[in-house]
Amino acid sequence: MIQLTLPLSDAAVRDLHVGDPVSLHGVMVTGRDAAHKWLVETFVRKTRPPQDDDAQAAEALAPLLAGGAIYHCGPVVAGLETREYRFVAAGPTTSSREEPYQADVLQHFGVRAVIGKGGMGARTLAACQAGPAVYLHAIGGAATLIAQTVTRVVGVHKLSFGVPEALWVIEVLAFPAVVTMDAHGRSLHAEVEARSRAALDRLFTS
Amino acid sequence: MRDLTEAFLELIRRTSTDLPPDVERALEQARQAEQPGSAARGALDTILENVALARRGSSPICQDTGTPIFTVHHPTGWSTRELRRQIRQAVARATELAYLRPNAVEALSGRNSGDNLGDDSFPTIHFEEAEGETLTVDLMLKGGGCENVGAQYSLPHSGLGAGRDLEGVRRAALDAVHQAQGQGCAPGVLGIAIGGDRGSSFLASKAVLLRPLDDVNPDAALAELEARLMREANELGIGPMGFGGATTVLGVKARGMHRLPASYFVSVSYMCWAHRRRRMQVEGETVRYLDRSEA
Repeated sequence: MIQLTLPLSDAAVRDLHVGDPVSLHGVMVTGRDAAHKWLVETFVRKTRPPQDDDAQAAEALAPLLAGGAIYHCGPVVAGLETREYRFVAAGPTTSSREEPYQADVLQHFGVRAVIGKGGMGARTLAACQAGPAVYLHAIGGAATLIAQTVTRVVGVHKLSFGVPEALWVIEVLAFPAVVTMDAHGRSLHAEVEARSRAALDRLFTS
Repeated sequence: MRDLTEAFLELIRRTSTDLPPDVERALEQARQAEQPGSAARGALDTILENVALARRGSSPICQDTGTPIFTVHHPTGWSTRELRRQIRQAVARATELAYLRPNAVEALSGRNSGDNLGDDSFPTIHFEEAEGETLTVDLMLKGGGCENVGAQYSLPHSGLGAGRDLEGVRRAALDAVHQAQGQGCAPGVLGIAIGGDRGSSFLASKAVLLRPLDDVNPDAALAELEARLMREANELGIGPMGFGGATTVLGVKARGMHRLPASYFVSVSYMCWAHRRRRMQVEGETVRYLDRSEA
Protein backbone atom coordinates (compact mmCIF):
# COMPACT_ATOMS: atom_id res chain seq x y z
CA MET A 1 0.00 0.00 0.00
CA ILE A 2 1.49 3.32 -1.11
CA GLN A 3 0.88 6.21 1.30
CA LEU A 4 0.05 9.48 -0.49
CA THR A 5 -0.23 12.85 1.22
CA LEU A 6 -2.08 15.65 -0.59
CA PRO A 7 -1.06 17.85 -2.34
CA LEU A 8 1.01 15.57 -4.59
CA SER A 9 4.38 16.37 -6.11
CA ASP A 10 5.00 15.60 -9.79
CA ALA A 11 7.55 12.99 -8.73
CA ALA A 12 5.06 11.23 -6.45
CA VAL A 13 2.56 11.11 -9.32
CA ARG A 14 5.12 9.70 -11.77
CA ASP A 15 6.06 7.01 -9.25
CA LEU A 16 2.54 5.57 -9.46
CA HIS A 17 1.67 2.73 -11.84
CA VAL A 18 -1.50 0.92 -12.86
CA GLY A 19 -2.38 -1.66 -10.22
CA ASP A 20 -0.79 0.14 -7.26
CA PRO A 21 -3.04 0.24 -4.19
CA VAL A 22 -2.85 3.63 -2.48
CA SER A 23 -3.95 5.20 0.79
CA LEU A 24 -4.66 8.94 0.64
CA HIS A 25 -4.26 11.50 3.40
CA GLY A 26 -5.03 15.20 3.49
CA VAL A 27 -7.52 17.61 1.94
CA MET A 28 -9.44 16.90 -1.26
CA VAL A 29 -12.45 18.40 -3.04
CA THR A 30 -15.55 16.56 -4.25
CA GLY A 31 -16.88 17.56 -7.63
CA ARG A 32 -19.13 15.80 -10.12
CA ASP A 33 -21.41 16.71 -13.02
CA ALA A 34 -22.57 20.22 -12.10
CA ALA A 35 -19.15 21.13 -10.68
CA HIS A 36 -17.22 20.09 -13.80
CA LYS A 37 -19.61 21.89 -16.15
CA TRP A 38 -19.43 24.99 -13.93
CA LEU A 39 -15.63 24.98 -13.65
CA VAL A 40 -15.09 24.55 -17.37
CA GLU A 41 -17.76 26.94 -18.66
CA THR A 42 -17.02 29.68 -16.13
CA PHE A 43 -13.24 29.55 -15.71
CA VAL A 44 -11.68 27.56 -18.54
CA ARG A 45 -13.71 28.20 -21.72
CA LYS A 46 -15.36 31.29 -20.20
CA THR A 47 -18.56 30.78 -22.18
CA ARG A 48 -20.59 31.78 -19.14
CA PRO A 49 -19.88 34.89 -17.03
CA PRO A 50 -19.21 34.37 -13.31
CA GLN A 51 -22.37 34.86 -11.23
CA ASP A 52 -23.31 35.06 -7.54
CA ASP A 53 -20.45 33.69 -5.45
CA ASP A 54 -18.62 32.05 -8.39
CA ALA A 55 -15.44 34.14 -8.24
CA GLN A 56 -15.21 33.78 -4.47
CA ALA A 57 -15.67 30.00 -4.65
CA ALA A 58 -13.05 29.66 -7.39
CA GLU A 59 -10.57 31.71 -5.39
CA ALA A 60 -11.02 29.43 -2.39
CA LEU A 61 -10.85 26.26 -4.48
CA ALA A 62 -7.87 27.09 -6.69
CA PRO A 63 -5.15 26.49 -4.03
CA LEU A 64 -6.81 23.20 -3.04
CA LEU A 65 -7.03 21.97 -6.63
CA ALA A 66 -3.42 22.87 -7.49
CA GLY A 67 -1.51 19.64 -6.92
CA GLY A 68 -4.62 18.27 -5.26
CA ALA A 69 -7.30 15.67 -5.84
CA ILE A 70 -10.83 15.99 -7.16
CA TYR A 71 -13.21 13.26 -6.02
CA HIS A 72 -16.20 12.29 -8.18
CA CYS A 73 -18.61 11.86 -5.32
CA GLY A 74 -22.11 12.93 -4.31
CA PRO A 75 -22.19 12.21 -0.60
CA VAL A 76 -24.93 11.67 1.96
CA VAL A 77 -24.28 14.43 4.50
CA ALA A 78 -25.72 14.76 8.00
CA GLY A 79 -25.93 18.02 9.97
CA LEU A 80 -27.30 20.12 7.12
CA GLU A 81 -29.49 22.22 9.42
CA THR A 82 -26.80 23.05 11.98
CA ARG A 83 -24.02 23.22 9.36
CA GLU A 84 -22.06 20.80 11.52
CA TYR A 85 -21.55 18.66 8.46
CA ARG A 86 -20.66 14.99 8.72
CA PHE A 87 -20.16 12.57 5.80
CA VAL A 88 -22.40 9.52 6.28
CA ALA A 89 -21.94 7.76 2.95
CA ALA A 90 -19.45 8.83 0.31
CA GLY A 91 -18.55 6.33 -2.40
CA PRO A 92 -17.45 7.36 -5.89
CA THR A 93 -19.80 8.15 -8.77
CA THR A 94 -19.26 7.07 -12.40
CA SER A 95 -16.41 9.16 -13.82
CA SER A 96 -17.05 8.77 -17.55
CA ARG A 97 -19.67 11.53 -17.45
CA GLU A 98 -16.87 14.03 -16.74
CA GLU A 99 -14.85 12.92 -19.77
CA PRO A 100 -15.84 16.03 -21.81
CA TYR A 101 -14.49 18.29 -19.01
CA GLN A 102 -11.81 16.42 -17.09
CA ALA A 103 -8.77 17.16 -19.25
CA ASP A 104 -9.52 20.90 -19.10
CA VAL A 105 -9.94 20.80 -15.33
CA LEU A 106 -6.67 18.88 -14.91
CA GLN A 107 -4.74 21.28 -17.06
CA HIS A 108 -6.29 24.58 -15.96
CA PHE A 109 -6.28 23.98 -12.21
CA GLY A 110 -3.20 21.74 -12.01
CA VAL A 111 -5.12 18.86 -10.43
CA ARG A 112 -2.83 15.84 -9.89
CA ALA A 113 -5.33 13.11 -8.98
CA VAL A 114 -8.84 12.29 -10.15
CA ILE A 115 -10.70 9.86 -7.90
CA GLY A 116 -13.80 8.09 -9.12
CA LYS A 117 -15.05 4.82 -10.50
CA GLY A 118 -15.37 3.11 -13.88
CA GLY A 119 -12.37 4.86 -15.43
CA MET A 120 -12.16 7.57 -18.08
CA GLY A 121 -11.31 7.91 -21.75
CA ALA A 122 -8.46 8.74 -24.07
CA ARG A 123 -8.55 12.51 -23.60
CA THR A 124 -8.22 12.25 -19.82
CA LEU A 125 -5.48 9.65 -20.20
CA ALA A 126 -3.54 12.04 -22.44
CA ALA A 127 -4.04 14.82 -19.87
CA CYS A 128 -2.69 12.47 -17.17
CA GLN A 129 0.46 11.98 -19.24
CA ALA A 130 0.85 15.71 -19.83
CA GLY A 131 0.03 16.71 -16.24
CA PRO A 132 1.37 14.57 -14.77
CA ALA A 133 -1.76 13.22 -13.11
CA VAL A 134 -3.33 9.89 -12.17
CA TYR A 135 -6.77 8.36 -12.04
CA LEU A 136 -7.44 6.60 -8.76
CA HIS A 137 -10.29 4.09 -8.65
CA ALA A 138 -12.25 3.97 -5.41
CA ILE A 139 -14.57 1.03 -4.75
CA GLY A 140 -18.04 1.85 -6.08
CA GLY A 141 -20.75 1.45 -3.48
CA ALA A 142 -18.33 1.21 -0.54
CA ALA A 143 -19.91 4.36 0.82
CA THR A 144 -20.02 3.79 4.56
CA LEU A 145 -16.44 2.50 4.61
CA ILE A 146 -15.11 5.48 2.64
CA ALA A 147 -17.14 7.98 4.71
CA GLN A 148 -15.32 6.68 7.78
CA THR A 149 -12.03 7.87 6.27
CA VAL A 150 -13.42 11.42 6.11
CA THR A 151 -12.19 12.89 9.38
CA ARG A 152 -13.49 16.41 8.84
CA VAL A 153 -15.67 18.44 6.50
CA VAL A 154 -13.63 21.61 6.05
CA GLY A 155 -16.22 23.50 4.03
CA VAL A 156 -18.58 23.48 1.08
CA HIS A 157 -18.89 25.55 -2.09
CA LYS A 158 -21.84 25.90 -4.47
CA LEU A 159 -24.30 24.20 -2.13
CA SER A 160 -26.91 25.74 -4.44
CA PHE A 161 -26.12 22.80 -6.77
CA GLY A 162 -27.69 20.52 -4.14
CA VAL A 163 -25.99 18.25 -1.61
CA PRO A 164 -24.77 15.59 -4.11
CA GLU A 165 -23.48 18.14 -6.63
CA ALA A 166 -21.84 20.68 -4.29
CA LEU A 167 -18.05 20.93 -3.98
CA TRP A 168 -17.25 19.61 -0.51
CA VAL A 169 -13.80 20.24 0.93
CA ILE A 170 -12.91 17.24 3.09
CA GLU A 171 -9.98 15.97 5.05
CA VAL A 172 -9.34 12.25 4.75
CA LEU A 173 -7.20 9.72 6.57
CA ALA A 174 -6.34 6.44 4.84
CA PHE A 175 -8.79 6.81 1.93
CA PRO A 176 -8.34 3.58 -0.10
CA ALA A 177 -8.04 3.48 -3.91
CA VAL A 178 -6.24 1.73 -6.76
CA VAL A 179 -4.29 3.38 -9.60
CA THR A 180 -6.09 2.39 -12.83
CA MET A 181 -4.78 5.14 -15.16
CA ASP A 182 -1.23 6.38 -14.71
CA ALA A 183 0.94 9.23 -16.00
CA HIS A 184 2.78 6.82 -18.31
CA GLY A 185 -0.10 6.30 -20.72
CA ARG A 186 -1.40 3.05 -19.26
CA SER A 187 -5.09 2.48 -18.56
CA LEU A 188 -6.42 -0.69 -16.94
CA HIS A 189 -9.84 0.24 -18.34
CA ALA A 190 -8.64 0.30 -21.94
CA GLU A 191 -6.96 -3.08 -21.39
CA VAL A 192 -10.01 -4.74 -19.81
CA GLU A 193 -12.24 -3.27 -22.54
CA ALA A 194 -10.01 -4.72 -25.28
CA ARG A 195 -9.80 -8.16 -23.64
CA SER A 196 -13.57 -8.31 -23.05
CA ARG A 197 -14.18 -7.19 -26.66
CA ALA A 198 -12.08 -10.12 -27.88
CA ALA A 199 -13.98 -12.49 -25.57
CA LEU A 200 -17.30 -11.13 -26.87
CA ASP A 201 -16.20 -11.68 -30.47
CA ARG A 202 -15.30 -15.28 -29.62
CA LEU A 203 -18.73 -15.83 -28.01
CA PHE A 204 -20.46 -14.39 -31.09
CA THR A 205 -18.57 -16.58 -33.53
CA SER A 206 -18.81 -19.81 -31.50
CA MET B 1 -57.05 3.28 7.51
CA ARG B 2 -54.06 3.05 9.84
CA ASP B 3 -51.02 5.27 9.51
CA LEU B 4 -48.08 3.22 8.22
CA THR B 5 -45.62 6.11 7.79
CA GLU B 6 -43.31 4.75 10.53
CA ALA B 7 -43.43 1.28 9.01
CA PHE B 8 -42.51 2.67 5.57
CA LEU B 9 -39.64 4.58 7.17
CA GLU B 10 -38.33 1.35 8.71
CA LEU B 11 -38.65 -0.39 5.32
CA ILE B 12 -36.54 2.37 3.75
CA ARG B 13 -33.94 2.22 6.54
CA ARG B 14 -33.56 -1.54 6.17
CA THR B 15 -33.40 -1.38 2.39
CA SER B 16 -30.72 1.32 2.33
CA THR B 17 -28.52 -0.09 5.10
CA ASP B 18 -28.90 -3.88 5.07
CA LEU B 19 -28.07 -5.88 1.93
CA PRO B 20 -30.33 -8.93 1.35
CA PRO B 21 -28.77 -12.26 2.40
CA ASP B 22 -28.87 -13.83 -1.08
CA VAL B 23 -26.89 -10.91 -2.55
CA GLU B 24 -24.33 -10.98 0.26
CA ARG B 25 -23.90 -14.76 -0.20
CA ALA B 26 -23.32 -14.28 -3.93
CA LEU B 27 -20.70 -11.59 -3.23
CA GLU B 28 -18.94 -13.89 -0.75
CA GLN B 29 -18.84 -16.64 -3.41
CA ALA B 30 -17.50 -14.13 -5.93
CA ARG B 31 -14.79 -13.09 -3.46
CA GLN B 32 -13.61 -16.66 -3.11
CA ALA B 33 -13.44 -17.06 -6.88
CA GLU B 34 -10.89 -14.24 -7.29
CA GLN B 35 -7.12 -14.65 -6.92
CA PRO B 36 -5.79 -13.56 -3.52
CA GLY B 37 -3.87 -10.32 -3.93
CA SER B 38 -5.69 -9.30 -7.13
CA ALA B 39 -7.46 -5.94 -7.51
CA ALA B 40 -10.73 -7.85 -8.01
CA ARG B 41 -10.31 -9.71 -4.72
CA GLY B 42 -9.43 -6.44 -2.98
CA ALA B 43 -12.56 -4.79 -4.39
CA LEU B 44 -14.78 -7.59 -3.07
CA ASP B 45 -13.02 -7.53 0.33
CA THR B 46 -13.83 -3.82 0.56
CA ILE B 47 -17.39 -4.33 -0.66
CA LEU B 48 -18.12 -7.03 1.94
CA GLU B 49 -16.48 -5.02 4.72
CA ASN B 50 -18.61 -2.04 3.71
CA VAL B 51 -21.79 -4.15 3.75
CA ALA B 52 -21.03 -5.24 7.34
CA LEU B 53 -20.18 -1.68 8.45
CA ALA B 54 -23.37 -0.25 6.94
CA ARG B 55 -25.52 -2.88 8.65
CA ARG B 56 -23.82 -2.33 12.01
CA GLY B 57 -23.97 1.46 11.84
CA SER B 58 -27.36 1.67 10.12
CA SER B 59 -25.88 3.90 7.42
CA PRO B 60 -26.40 3.72 3.66
CA ILE B 61 -24.52 0.90 1.90
CA CYS B 62 -24.08 3.24 -1.09
CA GLN B 63 -24.37 7.02 -1.10
CA ASP B 64 -26.44 6.81 -4.27
CA THR B 65 -29.69 5.68 -2.72
CA GLY B 66 -31.17 5.89 -6.19
CA THR B 67 -34.77 6.13 -7.23
CA PRO B 68 -36.90 4.58 -4.51
CA ILE B 69 -39.17 2.16 -6.40
CA PHE B 70 -42.15 0.91 -4.37
CA THR B 71 -44.41 -1.89 -5.57
CA VAL B 72 -47.54 -2.06 -3.45
CA HIS B 73 -50.02 -4.95 -3.45
CA HIS B 74 -52.98 -3.84 -1.37
CA PRO B 75 -56.23 -5.48 -0.26
CA THR B 76 -59.51 -4.31 -1.74
CA GLY B 77 -60.72 -1.01 -0.34
CA TRP B 78 -57.39 0.55 0.66
CA SER B 79 -56.86 4.15 -0.42
CA THR B 80 -53.90 4.35 -2.77
CA ARG B 81 -53.97 8.13 -2.43
CA GLU B 82 -53.48 7.81 1.32
CA LEU B 83 -50.75 5.15 0.88
CA ARG B 84 -48.95 7.45 -1.54
CA ARG B 85 -49.12 10.30 0.97
CA GLN B 86 -47.65 8.13 3.73
CA ILE B 87 -44.90 6.72 1.51
CA ARG B 88 -43.88 10.22 0.40
CA GLN B 89 -43.84 11.41 4.00
CA ALA B 90 -41.63 8.46 4.97
CA VAL B 91 -39.25 9.18 2.07
CA ALA B 92 -38.86 12.81 3.16
CA ARG B 93 -38.28 11.72 6.76
CA ALA B 94 -35.73 9.07 5.69
CA THR B 95 -33.88 11.81 3.80
CA GLU B 96 -33.76 14.01 6.92
CA LEU B 97 -32.34 11.06 8.84
CA ALA B 98 -29.67 10.50 6.13
CA TYR B 99 -30.90 7.01 5.22
CA LEU B 100 -31.47 8.47 1.74
CA ARG B 101 -29.58 11.11 -0.21
CA PRO B 102 -31.71 13.94 -1.61
CA ASN B 103 -31.90 12.70 -5.19
CA ALA B 104 -34.87 14.39 -6.86
CA VAL B 105 -33.47 16.92 -9.35
CA GLU B 106 -35.86 18.91 -11.53
CA ALA B 107 -34.61 18.26 -15.06
CA LEU B 108 -35.08 21.76 -16.49
CA SER B 109 -33.90 23.99 -13.64
CA GLY B 110 -31.42 21.52 -12.12
CA ARG B 111 -32.95 22.26 -8.74
CA ASN B 112 -32.66 19.52 -6.12
CA SER B 113 -35.88 19.42 -4.07
CA GLY B 114 -33.80 18.53 -1.00
CA ASP B 115 -36.33 16.06 0.41
CA ASN B 116 -36.36 13.39 -2.33
CA LEU B 117 -39.86 14.34 -3.39
CA GLY B 118 -40.36 15.11 -7.03
CA ASP B 119 -43.29 14.56 -9.35
CA ASP B 120 -45.55 11.49 -9.17
CA SER B 121 -42.76 9.24 -10.51
CA PHE B 122 -40.31 10.30 -7.80
CA PRO B 123 -40.41 8.23 -5.72
CA THR B 124 -41.88 5.65 -8.11
CA ILE B 125 -44.89 3.85 -6.66
CA HIS B 126 -46.74 1.03 -8.45
CA PHE B 127 -50.11 0.01 -7.01
CA GLU B 128 -51.86 -3.29 -7.61
CA GLU B 129 -54.98 -4.63 -5.88
CA ALA B 130 -54.45 -8.14 -4.51
CA GLU B 131 -56.54 -11.00 -3.09
CA GLY B 132 -56.69 -11.38 0.70
CA GLU B 133 -56.08 -9.05 3.63
CA THR B 134 -52.30 -8.63 3.45
CA LEU B 135 -50.56 -5.46 2.31
CA THR B 136 -47.26 -6.31 0.63
CA VAL B 137 -44.76 -3.60 -0.24
CA ASP B 138 -41.52 -4.25 -2.11
CA LEU B 139 -38.93 -1.49 -2.14
CA MET B 140 -35.94 -1.40 -4.46
CA LEU B 141 -33.34 1.38 -4.46
CA LYS B 142 -31.77 1.65 -7.87
CA GLY B 143 -28.79 3.97 -8.23
CA GLY B 144 -27.96 6.16 -11.21
CA GLY B 145 -24.65 4.55 -12.19
CA CYS B 146 -26.29 1.23 -12.97
CA GLU B 147 -29.43 2.84 -14.35
CA ASN B 148 -27.29 4.69 -16.91
CA VAL B 149 -25.84 1.46 -18.33
CA GLY B 150 -29.23 -0.14 -18.92
CA ALA B 151 -29.99 -0.63 -22.62
CA GLN B 152 -32.84 -1.37 -24.96
CA TYR B 153 -32.44 -3.16 -28.29
CA SER B 154 -34.89 -3.34 -31.15
CA LEU B 155 -34.41 -6.63 -33.00
CA PRO B 156 -33.32 -7.46 -35.61
CA HIS B 157 -30.00 -5.70 -35.00
CA SER B 158 -27.58 -6.16 -37.86
CA GLY B 159 -24.51 -4.83 -36.02
CA LEU B 160 -24.87 -7.61 -33.47
CA GLY B 161 -26.15 -10.20 -35.93
CA ALA B 162 -29.16 -10.46 -33.62
CA GLY B 163 -32.42 -11.81 -35.03
CA ARG B 164 -35.82 -12.19 -33.40
CA ASP B 165 -35.09 -15.28 -31.32
CA LEU B 166 -33.34 -16.31 -28.11
CA GLU B 167 -29.97 -16.20 -29.86
CA GLY B 168 -30.71 -12.56 -30.71
CA VAL B 169 -31.65 -11.91 -27.07
CA ARG B 170 -28.36 -13.53 -25.98
CA ARG B 171 -26.34 -11.27 -28.26
CA ALA B 172 -28.14 -8.12 -27.11
CA ALA B 173 -27.68 -8.99 -23.43
CA LEU B 174 -23.96 -9.80 -23.82
CA ASP B 175 -23.45 -6.57 -25.74
CA ALA B 176 -25.10 -4.64 -22.89
CA VAL B 177 -22.73 -6.25 -20.36
CA HIS B 178 -19.74 -5.45 -22.56
CA GLN B 179 -20.86 -1.84 -23.03
CA ALA B 180 -21.39 -1.44 -19.29
CA GLN B 181 -17.84 -2.61 -18.43
CA GLY B 182 -17.38 -1.81 -14.72
CA GLN B 183 -19.42 1.39 -14.85
CA GLY B 184 -22.62 -0.04 -13.38
CA CYS B 185 -20.66 -1.23 -10.34
CA ALA B 186 -19.99 -4.80 -11.37
CA PRO B 187 -20.59 -7.52 -10.41
CA GLY B 188 -24.18 -6.72 -11.27
CA VAL B 189 -27.50 -8.47 -11.79
CA LEU B 190 -29.20 -8.41 -15.18
CA GLY B 191 -32.96 -7.99 -15.52
CA ILE B 192 -34.07 -8.81 -19.05
CA ALA B 193 -37.48 -8.33 -20.62
CA ILE B 194 -38.23 -9.73 -24.07
CA GLY B 195 -41.13 -8.08 -25.90
CA GLY B 196 -43.61 -5.47 -24.71
CA ASP B 197 -43.45 -1.88 -25.92
CA ARG B 198 -40.53 0.37 -24.98
CA GLY B 199 -42.15 1.47 -21.72
CA SER B 200 -43.62 -1.82 -20.48
CA SER B 201 -40.45 -3.66 -21.47
CA PHE B 202 -38.14 -1.49 -19.36
CA LEU B 203 -40.61 -1.68 -16.46
CA ALA B 204 -40.64 -5.48 -16.60
CA SER B 205 -36.84 -5.62 -16.82
CA LYS B 206 -36.76 -3.89 -13.42
CA ALA B 207 -39.57 -5.96 -11.91
CA VAL B 208 -37.68 -9.25 -12.53
CA LEU B 209 -34.84 -7.90 -10.39
CA LEU B 210 -37.07 -8.54 -7.37
CA ARG B 211 -36.62 -12.29 -7.88
CA PRO B 212 -34.22 -14.04 -5.45
CA LEU B 213 -30.82 -14.59 -7.04
CA ASP B 214 -30.89 -18.36 -6.51
CA ASP B 215 -34.37 -19.15 -7.84
CA VAL B 216 -34.87 -21.02 -11.10
CA ASN B 217 -37.07 -19.68 -13.87
CA PRO B 218 -40.13 -21.98 -14.23
CA ASP B 219 -39.90 -21.58 -18.02
CA ALA B 220 -37.31 -24.09 -19.19
CA ALA B 221 -36.14 -22.04 -22.18
CA LEU B 222 -35.69 -18.93 -20.06
CA ALA B 223 -33.98 -20.92 -17.29
CA GLU B 224 -31.49 -22.14 -19.87
CA LEU B 225 -30.99 -18.62 -21.25
CA GLU B 226 -30.38 -17.24 -17.77
CA ALA B 227 -27.80 -19.91 -16.94
CA ARG B 228 -26.03 -19.50 -20.25
CA LEU B 229 -25.91 -15.69 -20.02
CA MET B 230 -24.57 -15.87 -16.50
CA ARG B 231 -21.75 -18.17 -17.64
CA GLU B 232 -20.95 -16.20 -20.79
CA ALA B 233 -21.15 -12.75 -19.18
CA ASN B 234 -18.57 -13.96 -16.68
CA GLU B 235 -16.37 -15.24 -19.55
CA LEU B 236 -16.05 -11.61 -20.67
CA GLY B 237 -13.65 -11.19 -17.73
CA ILE B 238 -14.70 -7.61 -16.90
CA GLY B 239 -14.77 -8.51 -13.22
CA PRO B 240 -15.58 -6.59 -10.04
CA MET B 241 -15.43 -2.80 -10.66
CA GLY B 242 -14.18 -3.59 -14.19
CA PHE B 243 -10.76 -4.48 -12.76
CA GLY B 244 -10.74 -7.77 -14.68
CA GLY B 245 -11.75 -10.98 -12.92
CA ALA B 246 -13.94 -14.04 -12.72
CA THR B 247 -17.27 -12.49 -11.69
CA THR B 248 -18.95 -9.85 -13.82
CA VAL B 249 -22.57 -10.74 -13.02
CA LEU B 250 -24.11 -12.28 -9.89
CA GLY B 251 -27.36 -13.28 -11.54
CA VAL B 252 -29.52 -13.06 -14.66
CA LYS B 253 -33.32 -12.87 -14.54
CA ALA B 254 -35.41 -12.86 -17.71
CA ARG B 255 -39.06 -12.87 -18.72
CA GLY B 256 -41.04 -12.90 -21.92
CA MET B 257 -43.93 -10.53 -22.68
CA HIS B 258 -46.45 -9.99 -25.41
CA ARG B 259 -45.34 -7.72 -28.22
CA LEU B 260 -46.69 -6.17 -31.39
CA PRO B 261 -46.01 -8.09 -34.58
CA ALA B 262 -43.78 -5.19 -35.69
CA SER B 263 -41.78 -4.84 -32.45
CA TYR B 264 -39.25 -7.08 -30.73
CA PHE B 265 -37.61 -5.23 -27.83
CA VAL B 266 -34.97 -6.61 -25.54
CA SER B 267 -34.61 -4.43 -22.46
CA VAL B 268 -31.74 -4.90 -20.09
CA SER B 269 -31.79 -3.32 -16.65
CA TYR B 270 -28.46 -3.52 -14.88
CA MET B 271 -28.48 -3.63 -11.10
CA CYS B 272 -25.25 -2.85 -9.28
CA TRP B 273 -23.80 -5.24 -6.67
CA ALA B 274 -25.55 -3.10 -4.02
CA HIS B 275 -28.83 -4.74 -4.95
CA ARG B 276 -30.99 -3.14 -2.28
CA ARG B 277 -34.45 -4.68 -2.13
CA ARG B 278 -36.67 -5.41 0.85
CA ARG B 279 -40.25 -6.48 1.43
CA MET B 280 -42.73 -5.44 4.09
CA GLN B 281 -45.98 -7.23 4.89
CA VAL B 282 -48.80 -5.84 6.98
CA GLU B 283 -51.50 -8.13 8.28
CA GLY B 284 -53.82 -6.66 10.92
CA GLU B 285 -51.56 -5.16 13.57
CA THR B 286 -48.50 -7.16 12.52
CA VAL B 287 -45.76 -5.62 10.36
CA ARG B 288 -43.07 -7.98 9.05
CA TYR B 289 -39.91 -7.11 7.13
CA LEU B 290 -38.28 -9.71 4.98
CA ASP B 291 -36.54 -10.20 1.72
CA ARG B 292 -38.02 -11.89 -1.34
CA SER B 293 -35.42 -14.62 -0.90
CA GLU B 294 -36.92 -15.36 2.53
CA ALA B 295 -40.57 -14.90 1.59
